[in-house]
Amino acid sequence: MNLAGVAWKELSHRRSSLVSGLVAITLGIAVIVGVRSVTIASEHAVAVKLDSLGANVLVLPQGATVDDYHTADIDAPTFPEEYVERMVTSALLGVENISPKLTRRRKAEGIGLVVTGILPDSEVASKPTWQLEGLEGATVEHVCSGSLGAHADPRLQRKVIDILGEDECLLGAQAAKRLGKKEGDKVELRDEHGKPVTLTIGAVLPETGTVDDDRLFMHLHAMQTMLGIGHQVSAIEVMGCCEQISDGLLGKLRNVLPDTRVTGIKQIVSTQQETNQLMDKISWGILVIVLLVGGLSIGNYMWGNVTQRRREIGILRMLGARRLRIIGMLLSKAIVLGVVGGLLGYALGTGVVTAMGPDTLGLQVRALPSWIAGSVALAVTVAVLGSLLPAWLASRFDPSANMQEI
Amino acid sequence: MLLTTENLGKRYQRRDVSVDALRDVNLEIQENAFVAVTGPSGSGKTTLLLTLAGLLKPTAGRIRFRDTQLEGFSDAQWASFRHKNLGFVMQNFSLVPYLSARENVTLPLVIAGSKGKQQKTRALELLERVGLGDRADHLPRELSAGQQQRVAIARALANEPALVLADEPTGNLDPALANDVLKLLGDLNAEHGTAILMVTHSPEAARAGTHRVHIEAGCVVEAAAQPA
Ligand SMILES: Nc1ncnc2c1ncn2[C@@H]1O[C@H](COP(=O)(O)OP(=O)(O)OP(=O)(O)O)[C@@H](O)[C@H]1O
Ligand SMILES: [Mg+2]
Repeated sequence: MNLAGVAWKELSHRRSSLVSGLVAITLGIAVIVGVRSVTIASEHAVAVKLDSLGANVLVLPQGATVDDYHTADIDAPTFPEEYVERMVTSALLGVENISPKLTRRRKAEGIGLVVTGILPDSEVASKPTWQLEGLEGATVEHVCSGSLGAHADPRLQRKVIDILGEDECLLGAQAAKRLGKKEGDKVELRDEHGKPVTLTIGAVLPETGTVDDDRLFMHLHAMQTMLGIGHQVSAIEVMGCCEQISDGLLGKLRNVLPDTRVTGIKQIVSTQQETNQLMDKISWGILVIVLLVGGLSIGNYMWGNVTQRRREIGILRMLGARRLRIIGMLLSKAIVLGVVGGLLGYALGTGVVTAMGPDTLGLQVRALPSWIAGSVALAVTVAVLGSLLPAWLASRFDPSANMQEI
Repeated sequence: MLLTTENLGKRYQRRDVSVDALRDVNLEIQENAFVAVTGPSGSGKTTLLLTLAGLLKPTAGRIRFRDTQLEGFSDAQWASFRHKNLGFVMQNFSLVPYLSARENVTLPLVIAGSKGKQQKTRALELLERVGLGDRADHLPRELSAGQQQRVAIARALANEPALVLADEPTGNLDPALANDVLKLLGDLNAEHGTAILMVTHSPEAARAGTHRVHIEAGCVVEAAAQPA
């Protein structure tokens, strides 16, 4: 037997005290892991929602301004549609829903409109605010590969315009009013030679309060043919995951497409980043509180236990055990409790929140296996710290006071 | 001479009150002596024992053990001095409640860091010696008061000390058991030459010693060898 053996005997002898100590540590760690899992899950949920705000990165021809893009001047510069492929093949992380657009002011039946050519499935996927009921739809899985691994939230599945024929168009609410048209009607545009191009109105889009209300959306390739400008586009809208944007995604895109202007759409990007920072601060705040609470409960247990053992510590001192060895003995116990409590706490915390998450919190909370080691380390650290002071004090107890008080 | 004190003094300071528990104590304990310390309650007997063991710091005077001056010792030096040279038997037995009789006896060897096997055989041997060979695996609460006291004595001998300090080892025992314990101490003293310093209230117990020291109000008022 050695002193650690003595500590072990005590653990197995004082079961109820062992149990309450383990409970204190386990609960402390469980709360930390549970709250942390929930905060991470909700950060994810928020990040996913933020990402779903839509395109936040704009790729424009060199020399074009964002204003050019919005005002859609006739001779606004363009660049080849083939850049889309370059982006895709560059396999940059965090680039989603690449949607090329060509925008021009055109007259339709004498009324001035903004005409935008889109590629249907990608276009609508990046605009979740459109709820196109009744349109032929397919679901798209929203995948944003963040630093925490790819996540796919089934609730973000959206209807997507799968089919927008080359002879079809979508009409903004205002445009439809001015043209006096409704779904199913035909609308006539003119090509570069003045020949009529007739499109069927596939849908009138619900009012959004944006420029889109004045727009006519048509198939990108049909529009390119109509304008006779070959495979050119005036912009590529991209949805960049906010994490990667913070990591310098824009710069990487500039490297891939050197002769373009890559800009973030400020409002969206800054909202995303601010919210992310806020979430970060909140979750650190919670972590600090939870660490304090968990740490105090462990420390409190350790303190009580040391007091309970004053007598034995006095005996060991009397028999000539050195103070450091007694402290070592108390710490070895703290380490054992920390390891066991850390593991149990991780299991409990993870179990509870993953089981309760979907129903109670409306969140898909996932286990954080990387936190196992952290939980153990934390429990051990807190148990050791929580018992250092009491251990040190206990080893200083005047053994004579001990001998006499009993 | 095994142990000598020179003008040893201990003053307890508690807030405004100070108590002189030991005053100018000059003691000589020979190798192999069995000293019985008597005196009224509060006269400083326990204080003397604890001071000699370094468990209390003296406020005056000197202590010499064989050729070593002890009063300047650090905590760690006292600890190693205790486990090399001293054994303890206290009135309240001082057994660790969750360790078996054998494990309690082993404690001094545990502290010395000796091997598991050695610990076991030595502890069993000592328990046999005090007549408890068959109770090795009992916890203290499963033993009678007299048996517990004998376990404490076995433990006090585990490190083969030169001096056993015993504070009222028979205080909690009925006369028959008290006699057993006294006889055991006397035998150890006679057989192994282990010196014993035993505090006691009882005149009969005091008669078991080879020497006698009487303390009153912190002063040694009588110190003499007594006929066997
Ligand atoms: N820790 C302490 N602080 C202050 N005074 C103390 C302390 N311990 C003992 N005393 C005082 O010192 C004196 C001697 O006490 P001590 O315990 O040595 O007496 P004792 O002879 O062992 O008595 P008893 O026979 O009752 O055990 C007493 O007056 C006591 O009140
Ligand atoms: Mg006393």
